[in-house]
Amino acid sequence: MAIKEQYRICQTTGLRVYKSAENLIKANAVVAVVFLLVGGIFGIMVALTRWKAVHLLPADWFYLALTAHGINLLVVWIIFFEIAVLYFASSVLLGCRLATPKIAWAGFALMLIGALITNVAVLQGNSSVMFTSYVPLKADPSFYAGVILFAVGALVGCFVFFGTLVIAKQEKTYEGSVPLVTFGATVAAIIAVFTIASGAIILIPTFLWSIGYVNHLDTLMYRTVWWAFGHSSQQINVAAHISIWYLISAVTLGAKPLSEKVSRGAFLLYILFLQLASAHHLLVDPGISSEWKIFNTSYAIYLAVLGSMIHGLTVPGSMEAAQRKKGYTNGLFEWLRKCPWGNPAFSGMFISLILFGFLGGISGVVMGVEQINLIIHNTIYVPGHFHATVVAGTTLAFMAVTYLLVPLIFQRELILPWFAKIQPYVFGLGVAGISVFMMGAGTLGVPRRHWDISQADAVLPYDFPGAANLMMGLNGMSAVLAGLGGAIFIVVVVGSILFGKKIASSNEPVAAEEEATVVSEYGSEEHPNIPGTLILVAVFFTSFVLYYFVNWKYLAEVWPLR
Amino acid sequence: MSVSPPKNKIWWNEPVPKSELMWVIIAFVWGLIMFFMMVYWHAYGEQNLSNEAYRITAEDFSAKTQTMVDKYTVREESGYPVVHPPVGEDVYLIARLWQWWPILELEKGKSYRLHLSSLDWMHGFSLQPVNINLQIHPDYEMVITITPTTSGEFGIVCNEYCGIGHHQMLGRMYVVDNEGT
Ligand code: HEM
Ligand SMILES: [Cu+2]
Ligand SMILES: [Cu+2]
Repeated sequence: MAIKEQYRICQTTGLRVYKSAENLIKANAVVAVVFLLVGGIFGIMVALTRWKAVHLLPADWFYLALTAHGINLLVVWIIFFEIAVLYFASSVLLGCRLATPKIAWAGFALMLIGALITNVAVLQGNSSVMFTSYVPLKADPSFYAGVILFAVGALVGCFVFFGTLVIAKQEKTYEGSVPLVTFGATVAAIIAVFTIASGAIILIPTFLWSIGYVNHLDTLMYRTVWWAFGHSSQQINVAAHISIWYLISAVTLGAKPLSEKVSRGAFLLYILFLQLASAHHLLVDPGISSEWKIFNTSYAIYLAVLGSMIHGLTVPGSMEAAQRKKGYTNGLFEWLRKCPWGNPAFSGMFISLILFGFLGGISGVVMGVEQINLIIHNTIYVPGHFHATVVAGTTLAFMAVTYLLVPLIFQRELILPWFAKIQPYVFGLGVAGISVFMMGAGTLGVPRRHWDISQADAVLPYDFPGAANLMMGLNGMSAVLAGLGGAIFIVVVVGSILFGKKIASSNEPVAAEEEATVVSEYGSEEHPNIPGTLILVAVFFTSFVLYYFVNWKYLAEVWPLR
Repeated sequence: MSVSPPKNKIWWNEPVPKSELMWVIIAFVWGLIMFFMMVYWHAYGEQNLSNEAYRITAEDFSAKTQTMVDKYTVREESGYPVVHPPVGEDVYLIARLWQWWPILELEKGKSYRLHLSSLDWMHGFSLQPVNINLQIHPDYEMVITITPTTSGEFGIVCNEYCGIGHHQMLGRMYVVDNEGT
């Protein structure tokens, strides 16, 4: 007990919150939300440009906005928030002080400076290279330098997280194994270290090339290594938002894992297999053998998909078990009807779970099939897919958990509760729209990252079918809805932090928690009874199988090639 | 709860509930099916990307294309040569900022070895409305054998962002019904 540090005890959850961790969680979450706002505005502009009737931006601005949108959301918003989640899952959940807060602040500063440098480079207009920055497209050197600084800062955050785990163990702030949520966060952090290493391997030479120290970079090598970074970073997101699903079901319903072994095993599959998936992005590239593609794109026989499918049962299953223990046992779905649908943390989490599974998960596996990728690669189907994963899945889960962080960490009550209540529905509907309509347009061949598919000023114009323009119009409308949902989120959260009613703090321990005792021991005697979840999972599986084979049928209709 | 350490310290010895175990098995088997589906399609499906590719310089690739164009151009269109190569011949298509060059005219139901490469940046070959999409790299020559099964006029869209002219990078391909052989 070398270091004594001030902490308080949250009066609703009984969690012990240390000052150092609290401030860092606040700072990272606030900065994340600011970048969500910036990136979101660019996103709406992009979507409105791709809506033919509006066609908002001129071409050069469109590509600039698209680059800014991708960087600020996929990289800056998500990773800042993830650092907050890591600190929360270690320090707060384990009731332990944060390791080396000063170094954590240094990491925070690096990330912030990096993000600002890259943004300045993009806004100056000479770095519209998209977040993938494929060579030989060349950005301003500061673009790469900013991303590298940002990554170093994020790596520091991961090590602070590991350090905190070590301290918690040494100072015995908990007994036995770490909670499942912390375990999931650890998986995310381990994948992050691998990811950032790949990022360094590719971005440092690219930076040197941009300032003239390296004179040639092979494009295929670039794509292979870049995606070892780019795809793995998506697995950080998956591990992080699934941990949040477990976290929110625990806090709002008192849910506990059906089986610790299975849920943890599913997380472990991510560490073991997810990295292989950079192959998803290389399926129609020359010079790579089919054997390599098949093995890698399927994560070695779909073992990481297996992990996600397991969580797809265990997360709702744990909710059902908890609800049934509380007495909601009528019929198949009383447990679900009686969930706290008016609590945005819960509804956001559940919508995230459903959209991630049905839209993001299924489409992702299908487009990752070696041959089916031929009819999908680089069409706008791809952004359709990943808005279901990274926006409906990750972003919405992060929004949902923010509704818990505001009272717990910022110690403020939510303002505008009615708006908070509808926010996940508005945002969820909008994002489901952009995902579905972009996927729809993609099956009609509409390209991604493309300013004008009507190609008025091309020498050899090609007319896309009218349905494609319709889809892009519907996409634009959904974008407005999603934008509205995003705006409500920001107003409610920022407003609550600034003006919400203060919640008194205290360091009195709270009496043993009610919820935790409602759900009694799990384990051998207690066969959890989850018929409703089994039905949901059966519906999911049926949709999956049907959609999978429908796409093989589409593929069979295109020109033969070998 | 999921936010607290497992109550049962030796959680790894707890038996797995039946429903979960069943789902794990189903999901695993489904993974196997999906895996072998890709292998199966290589053996019996008609749409597979060839693994044939070579390193090539931009000069060599444009020289090869030029030879084909010189030999088999049948007409001009909007400043592009329209090339109708003999059936079974190797055909070449250049991707460059911001053109697909030349216009190819192929015969329906016949197979061609199509060579694709970029002379500068990466581009995306997207044949519409057939919807075949390929990543085209500089310094790599990709060779695929295609058999057009529908005739008419087709667009080649670029779907890899390649700078400010990206959206103007369009090409064309014609497929004509056999003129008898
Ligand atoms: C209001 C919400 C949003 C809207 C309306 C929106 C809309 C769009 C649209 C229309 C595209 C362009 C597709 C193209 O032309 O290729 C796009 C691209 C993209 N979006 Fe979003 N988006 C939103 C939120 C997000 C969020 C929250 C994230 C990340 C967490 C995100 C990540 C991306 C990425 C990475 C791209 C690809 C950029 C590229 O191709 O380089 N978006 N988005
Ligand atoms: Cu191009
Ligand atoms: Cu292009």
